[in-house]
Amino acid sequence: MSEPIHVPTVAELTVKGEKPDVLFWVGCAGSFDERAQKITKAFVKILNNVGVKYAILGTEESCTGDPAKRAGNEFLFQMQAMANIATLNAYEITKIVTTCPHCFNTINNEYPSLGGKYEVIHHTQMLQELIDEGKLTFGADPFKGKKITYHDSCYLGRANGVYDAPRRILEALDAELVEMKRCRKNGLCCGAGGAQMFKEAETGNKEINVERADEALATGASIISANCPFCTTMMGDGVKNANKEDSVQVLDLAELVAQAKDL
Amino acid sequence: MNFRPMQYLQQIFFIIVLGIAIYFFIKKIKQIRRNIFLGKEEVINDNKQKRWKNMARVALGQSKMVVRPVAGILHIIVYVGFVLINIEVLEIVIDGIFGTHRALSFLGPVYDAAIGFFEILALLVLVACLVFLGRRFISKIPRFHNPEMKGWATKDALYILIMEVVLMAALLYMNAADQVLQSRGVEYFSSAGSFPVSHYLTGFFTNFESSTVVIFERVFWWFHILGILFFLNYVPYSKHLHIFLAFPNTWYSKLKPAGEFANMPEITNEVNLMMDPSKADPNMPPPEKFGVSDVTDLSWKNLLDAYTCTECGRCTSSCPANITGKKLSPRKIMMDTRARAEELGVAKDNNGADHHDGKSLHDYISQEELLACTTCNACVEACPVNINPMEIIFGLRQYQTLEKSAMPSEWAMMNSNIENNQAPWQFSPSDRANWTKEI
Repeated sequence: MSEPIHVPTVAELTVKGEKPDVLFWVGCAGSFDERAQKITKAFVKILNNVGVKYAILGTEESCTGDPAKRAGNEFLFQMQAMANIATLNAYEITKIVTTCPHCFNTINNEYPSLGGKYEVIHHTQMLQELIDEGKLTFGADPFKGKKITYHDSCYLGRANGVYDAPRRILEALDAELVEMKRCRKNGLCCGAGGAQMFKEAETGNKEINVERADEALATGASIISANCPFCTTMMGDGVKNANKEDSVQVLDLAELVAQAKDL
Repeated sequence: MNFRPMQYLQQIFFIIVLGIAIYFFIKKIKQIRRNIFLGKEEVINDNKQKRWKNMARVALGQSKMVVRPVAGILHIIVYVGFVLINIEVLEIVIDGIFGTHRALSFLGPVYDAAIGFFEILALLVLVACLVFLGRRFISKIPRFHNPEMKGWATKDALYILIMEVVLMAALLYMNAADQVLQSRGVEYFSSAGSFPVSHYLTGFFTNFESSTVVIFERVFWWFHILGILFFLNYVPYSKHLHIFLAFPNTWYSKLKPAGEFANMPEITNEVNLMMDPSKADPNMPPPEKFGVSDVTDLSWKNLLDAYTCTECGRCTSSCPANITGKKLSPRKIMMDTRARAEELGVAKDNNGADHHDGKSLHDYISQEELLACTTCNACVEACPVNINPMEIIFGLRQYQTLEKSAMPSEWAMMNSNIENNQAPWQFSPSDRANWTKEI
């Protein structure tokens, strides 16, 4: 915990004549948003602890174009996509991990037809693999018996069918998973997707994140776990709206794992 | 005594009515087919094995219906009843044409068992439809009362349910009259079938002369078959087309991950011309329009979706925007798309195939609705017949953004940030990796 961690960039490795096994795509939220940076840092600590040979693009990374595309601006999306693909292909990147399900979905599903073909995994899938391979182990069950609920993000869940990897991590942490009524395929959106994060909601009678946070709080869990920087923010705001921020935490699975390993 | 008055006239009348019913049905179906193909061409024939499986599981097997068990199980009863009882309709048609009595009764015990089974099904269908009426008109299930359900949509549901109740009742009373005649050994009404349900209805006829019971039997027979022929011609005008279209609709439904939004090839070419002209096709004409302004810009599959929609509202009741009181309702998107395709179809019928009435789908669907979508795919997941309302919303949104530059100012800001700062927020791109210094 004490020693500062050096986060290598692909450019740096290239100069040394090396290549990362996996590129960590940080994403805009993970890079700039204060809350999401904590998730990024937690994940980097885990990668470092396990000894994964990874690197980031650093300042060469650029928005995937997902919010532009969802807001209807296909032009801007494709410009972003092609610029990113040019960078990734120049570095001969083959495998990418990302802590953002929106980046995951876009690079995995929408980049291939534009010339960007990579093996893309979400960080919860990587964490689950590391647990399965015995590379990521936990000591004294820090979450034993702790009630944790899990919020399926739309872009990891329904959009890509990843429901089990995150739950297996919670299992490995020995937490007591309490599901919300709307979970897995029927999970309710946090309200941020489709570029909603970047604008005010239309007039209605409730904010979507409040509706979802209320549902999560009703489970009685003291931790709401998530897999997406935008969900984390939305759910955190929803918990605040219910004045429960002192008793209930909203944490990404990477943060839970880092906590469990005291990183 | 002649128990079969005007038999030949009945036969001739039946054949004429049947011919008219089939003629008008086919005519309307052709019109719907034409309307569906007002949409853009899209070739969908990859991975046929997976497609057949989807159809078998979702349409035939009703796998997504039972996600909500009460409605799901009731629906399976009506569905199985509809399919199987229609086997009996085949016999009714044969009897009608040839003046026979229960033409298939030569099958003996198999026939008896089948008729008995159909009676039990008919009773179950009748009860299920009554429960459906109760759910829709007495209980307060919110999805039956959204604004788009006012007027025709709710009446349509009411008419269909009443028709089904009446048809099943006619079938059972026809059987009851028939068995009374059979038990009296009346000529022509030879003994055939078993009647576990209508057996209890025979009391109604016992005090009548056989000649009167024959008239009752004929009336119910005619009522039942005319009802079915009417229903056949009602369906294409109603929300009930899913009984046919659910099958092709599930076959043609999207196999790619739900999160994958198609990349517009015409834009890829434009971007290539700017960034890497060697990859671009210089001969590809610049597109006339980006995104969807009318049904003609949608894929034919989107229009098949619209005609398949039964307006059950499962999409709307799982839509996060709708749940929290926003105007967006995925069901309304489907209803509007169908209404617009119908409207354009009529305009073309009246003015020729090349005619366009100058209206658009945006006249039906407001920007406020489009902007409320979180692209969460809940509506797509909820649909029991794999309709995708999100694709239509997304196409319309693309038109607003790309052609009209109509978007909230925050989105305009977000776009310019992405363009200038490579992130949706106004941070300097050179600060992107600053977090690495704090770890």
